[in-house]
Amino acid sequence: MQVLIANHGAYLSGIATTLWLCLYSGVLTLVVGTVIAGFRVSPLTPLRAFGTAWVTVFRNCPLVVVLFFMAFALPVLGLNASYFVFGTVGLALYTSAFVCEAIRSGINSVPAGQAEAARSIGLGFTQTLGLVILPQAVRSIIPPLGSVLIAMIKNSAIAGAFGVGGDLYMTGTRLSSAQGEAVVPVLIGVALGYLIITIPAGLLLGYVERKVAIAR
Amino acid sequence: MTGSVLYEAPGPRARRRARHASVVTALLLLGALGWVIHRFAAEGELAYEKWGALIDPTNENFGPLWTLLGGGLANTLLAAGWAILLSLVIGTVLALTRITAAAWYRWAVVGVIELLRGTPVVVLIFFSAQALPALGLNVSLMWALVIGLTAYNCVIIAEIVRAGITALPLGQSEAAYAVGMRRHRVLLHVLLPQAFRAMLPALISQLVVVLKDTSLGVTISYAEFVQRGEIAIENLDNQIQVYLALGVVFILINYTLSRIAVHTERILSRGRSAAREPESAAATGD
Amino acid sequence: MRTGKPTVAALAAVTGLLLTACGGGGGSTEDSKEFTAPVAENPSFEEGTTMAHLAEQGTITVGTKYDQPLFALKGLDGEMRGFDVAIAEIIAGRLGIPADRINWQETPSKDREKYIRDGTVDMVVATYTINDKRDERVDFAGPYYQAGQDLMVRADNESITGPESLRDSDAEVCSAHGSTPSERIREYVDNSRLVLFDSYSKCADALSNGQVQAVTTDDAILMGLVSESDNEFKVVGETFSEEPYGVGILEGDVDFCEFVNKSLRIAAKEGTYQQAWNATAGRVSDRTPELPELRSCS
Repeated sequence: MQVLIANHGAYLSGIATTLWLCLYSGVLTLVVGTVIAGFRVSPLTPLRAFGTAWVTVFRNCPLVVVLFFMAFALPVLGLNASYFVFGTVGLALYTSAFVCEAIRSGINSVPAGQAEAARSIGLGFTQTLGLVILPQAVRSIIPPLGSVLIAMIKNSAIAGAFGVGGDLYMTGTRLSSAQGEAVVPVLIGVALGYLIITIPAGLLLGYVERKVAIAR
Repeated sequence: MTGSVLYEAPGPRARRRARHASVVTALLLLGALGWVIHRFAAEGELAYEKWGALIDPTNENFGPLWTLLGGGLANTLLAAGWAILLSLVIGTVLALTRITAAAWYRWAVVGVIELLRGTPVVVLIFFSAQALPALGLNVSLMWALVIGLTAYNCVIIAEIVRAGITALPLGQSEAAYAVGMRRHRVLLHVLLPQAFRAMLPALISQLVVVLKDTSLGVTISYAEFVQRGEIAIENLDNQIQVYLALGVVFILINYTLSRIAVHTERILSRGRSAAREPESAAATGD
Repeated sequence: MRTGKPTVAALAAVTGLLLTACGGGGGSTEDSKEFTAPVAENPSFEEGTTMAHLAEQGTITVGTKYDQPLFALKGLDGEMRGFDVAIAEIIAGRLGIPADRINWQETPSKDREKYIRDGTVDMVVATYTINDKRDERVDFAGPYYQAGQDLMVRADNESITGPESLRDSDAEVCSAHGSTPSERIREYVDNSRLVLFDSYSKCADALSNGQVQAVTTDDAILMGLVSESDNEFKVVGETFSEEPYGVGILEGDVDFCEFVNKSLRIAAKEGTYQQAWNATAGRVSDRTPELPELRSCS
């Protein structure tokens, strides 16, 4: 375990990079996922079709392929940014499909009478969705959404391979391959680093889940 | 609740407005698509030499390229097949252990499940490729990938199985105990078969996850679909085109699997209003 | 993107189905095999040596890279091509093993020692730099080539003239993760300006679309990338390290090490070493290397 102590600086900065990556991605994916969920229940057919296509593509395509397109196709389109940005956006877009589905099934869990009542007092689509349905849906959205975000934290390890660099997983591979440190302790250190993030996140999620749980 | 509950059945004016809005959105989306194609064309990404080997059967490289990619896809499916099979077996055992475990060692089972669940699958794959040999256990690259995938997915399947069992009506096990069955027989002969039925859709969805994660085999140079794609790219210098093809194939296969899952679900829940759906891990991008 | 060849519209690509066009670039037939290593007939070796064992079984498993243009590249047809491949074929030939009886095993940089130690491969010829750390875990025959770390930039770049010029610039530099060059370049650029991918061709793409300003690794590898870029790139030509490429073998196998060295010496004397170079990396380089001074085995 000396490797862990000797390289604690690298590990800590790896954890920090991973956390930043996940924080930006998390915020972005919640926004995008909500918008796409809105598309999927919207009255406009092209938007619905776009939403469905979006979810189909990002749910069924490996993250490796999505990240590749971020890092190598966007620059061809003339969109240049740092690889950290590409990785963050790629991770967010991939996750947004799952966020969207969590939100959509949450919307579906609100009894139809709520929407009917909202409409009968004259609320339009955006008002019905934004003021009546979504606030109620939040309770049933939170548990699956939490799982999606925890999965995203773990998936962030893959972004490191696409030029993001310096995240926890890449720190581990660098220590073990380029610097020839013993692979077993290095990888245990990496796994521990992720567990430090994911296990408390899971506990927090369980707590929130119990808080918002309602008998229906 | 379907989308249509969220808004009034539109009147003639609203329909006209919606139609206009639809046309405008469609044009905007098409415009964006057109811009992307235009940019790609301007950068030479639509050139024949970039596409020929992929889509033109008369191209000299078409045969070799797809033989190479096909071999990779076969390896991908092979690894995914083993991984899902082993995950299913080990996951079921884990779930039963967790349910039947005495309190003094249940924490250990739960601990293993939580540790494996909280670690990224790519780390587990890398670990089984690098650390197992260091520990004196030599495995081929395929088995390293399968072991990594299994370690990750068996705990997810264990949770699916557990959810499937706990979702069964209590009367089932009570009735079984009442006719004098022992606990392991209740589990094996009464609860598991019913749970599996209810879990089938979730299990098929998990197959999609495994198939996608198989692409991480590229990080350990296992000759799977993406890795073969990389070799093709070194020869043909058409990264974007090959990756597009890889993505399309993955989406087609996984979309088909998802449809099968939905279809199975429909068949299974036909006439059974009480059928409860265990939470699908596939829905989290796990 | 990397090649600025004329654009044919997507439609034309589809009609190409009917026209039987033969525009496929960089294909497998273009660089067909031009080098064949001589194969010894019934060579005899002392009983119990690795050579006797390999000659007896008639095959050898060689670890190499699959994605290193000019040195070791697996073609679409499955054929291996490059200078490393040719060197391996020369050695196998001395054992009486023809090229088509060689089992190739892909060995990415980070797996080379592992594969040698666990016996997955009999030897590794994979742009494999001899250094002390590796020497502790495996043995090296050779070196058969002297490379050096260099920089590759776009052909019109005048500001990057060597590693020192990177210090005060804000240029981003690309290399492969887990590689020695990626560690050495950290002396000149800090972490935030270093971009790492799993292959150098990804770095070349990043250079092509302006995401990075330089790619760094051994000059031998860079030459291959320059040749594929249609002169969009150039090698700066200021090597700042010595990278002797060796043949990695099991630690302590002195007999095999001496055999490999002898094979290399004979190849250099008979001219097959030069032929191997000319048929592979020599196609884009105007110099023919001499066999470097070999290390002593032990």
